[in-house]
Amino acid sequence: MSGAEGLAGDVFRAESARVLGALMRRFGNLDLAEDAFQDACLVAVQTWPGDGVPDNPGAWLTTVAGNRALDRIRREAARLPKEVEAAGLRPGWGARPASALQSLADLPVPDSPDRPASAPLGDDQLRLLFLCCHPALSEQAQVALTLRTVGGLTTAEIARAYLVPEPTMAQRLVRAKRKIVLAAIPFTLPEGDRLAERTAAVLAVVYLIFNEGYAASGTDTVVRPDLCVEAVRLAALLEELLPRDAEVLGLRGLLLLHDARRAARVDSAGALVPLDEQDRAQWDIAQIARGAAIVERALSTGPVGPYQLQAAIAALHAQAESSQATDWAQIVALYALLAHVAPGPLVTLNYGVAVAMRDGPAAGLAVLDALGASGELSGHHRLPAARAQLLERLGRRSEAVAAYDEALRQVDSTRELAYLQARRARVLAVSP
Amino acid sequence: MRYMLLIHTNPANWTTLSEAETGAMFAEYGAFTQAIVESGEFVCGDPLQGPETATVVRVRDGARSTTDGPFVETKEHLAGYYVVDCASLDRALEIAAQIPDARFAGVEVRPLADMTMPS
Repeated sequence: MSGAEGLAGDVFRAESARVLGALMRRFGNLDLAEDAFQDACLVAVQTWPGDGVPDNPGAWLTTVAGNRALDRIRREAARLPKEVEAAGLRPGWGARPASALQSLADLPVPDSPDRPASAPLGDDQLRLLFLCCHPALSEQAQVALTLRTVGGLTTAEIARAYLVPEPTMAQRLVRAKRKIVLAAIPFTLPEGDRLAERTAAVLAVVYLIFNEGYAASGTDTVVRPDLCVEAVRLAALLEELLPRDAEVLGLRGLLLLHDARRAARVDSAGALVPLDEQDRAQWDIAQIARGAAIVERALSTGPVGPYQLQAAIAALHAQAESSQATDWAQIVALYALLAHVAPGPLVTLNYGVAVAMRDGPAAGLAVLDALGASGELSGHHRLPAARAQLLERLGRRSEAVAAYDEALRQVDSTRELAYLQARRARVLAVSP
Repeated sequence: MRYMLLIHTNPANWTTLSEAETGAMFAEYGAFTQAIVESGEFVCGDPLQGPETATVVRVRDGARSTTDGPFVETKEHLAGYYVVDCASLDRALEIAAQIPDARFAGVEVRPLADMTMPS
């Protein structure tokens, strides 16, 4: 039974975006869509073990959920006038609670429950993504909503992934959905220039989800559902929906390439292993080839953008036999291009590290020291950590230890803290 | 769907403008208002006198007190507003972005709460 339920759970998650997208187009209310989807999942859990999983579970769930949504609207419409009467409310100020429930009763009941899709396949899922990643919502809310509705995760799973209590996450989702209703955030496809802008916002959310799983900030003792896997899945859905967008392809390639190295990033003791020390035999070669092929396709689609460039850099790293055999000259060139397309202190930092690999630690240190003088990255542990390693390579040991100390004061991930402490100890262990 | 567009601005932004630039800003406001009147989205809108003209009234235990100055002292203050009636938040944001002061401080977009009873 639990096996069947587990399987059903996978199906529900895989179909979440499709079902909720279709329900949103029909009813225009996310709360109603979610409740009706939940109803349909319950029916599925009861009937599928006996009847078997339908051939097209998405269509099945959409039909059942649509009928449940209609039931809910009718029930609500019948209940509300009585409630208003019972509460002794009179028309006028304060008589109308501005709640999503209220607007539910206002929804028109569609004439035909089986109205055919008027939009091209996938458009509703895209609309749902654009809705969840609307810039009027906070970044945290965008992430939570995307994981909940498009990813099909439960509120409890999202709460666990972000290390917050479940009621906090539930509250975050409720607030976001309330804002969608009250501010009338539309369920539409952005047009013209706005499409690229809004697509970038969706890509940013997916990347944020991936990085949260990849960097594993905060404490490591809590079991987290796999955000990396979820982000890779979202990127695949995006590629399916926007196959001609070069940046969508770029992000998909980037995530596949990073994810392919995931197993090698942490050793058996749970310690972080940097790229140059990773056991390349643990890398997923097939996935790297897939990622690299997508990156090539992205770059030939154009126009070039930050995700494609980062993906191209990741492909060079992932396809190199060793750190020494890496094409650092091309990586330096790609970082220079990235600094032009999407300038930022972290890009400059990575550029400096690549320069050090191509031209030696002194040249890299010059880039990092200029970055340090600009103050753009002050308070971020990665700058002193990178400086420390270059100083170490230059044999300037006391300066390296001082830079490690500075990095240790600023780092917040326990894994990175342990890694930096080990590096610092290694410098001290070398006899002068 | 009705939204209030609250224009927050720092008076310093305007005092640094030359006479010609100030004239251009007024002309821009005129053209903007004209455009949303013509599109049928304009409901109402006015500039406000400066915060130095503001008075706050409070009633405590039935007694009224009056104090000079705005409700909150901040560098940026409410300088004017528009109420627009448009299809969705996306359109309201498009409109708000065309308000000249959006380039200096910011325009807050708030949906109006509907207080009418369902019939």
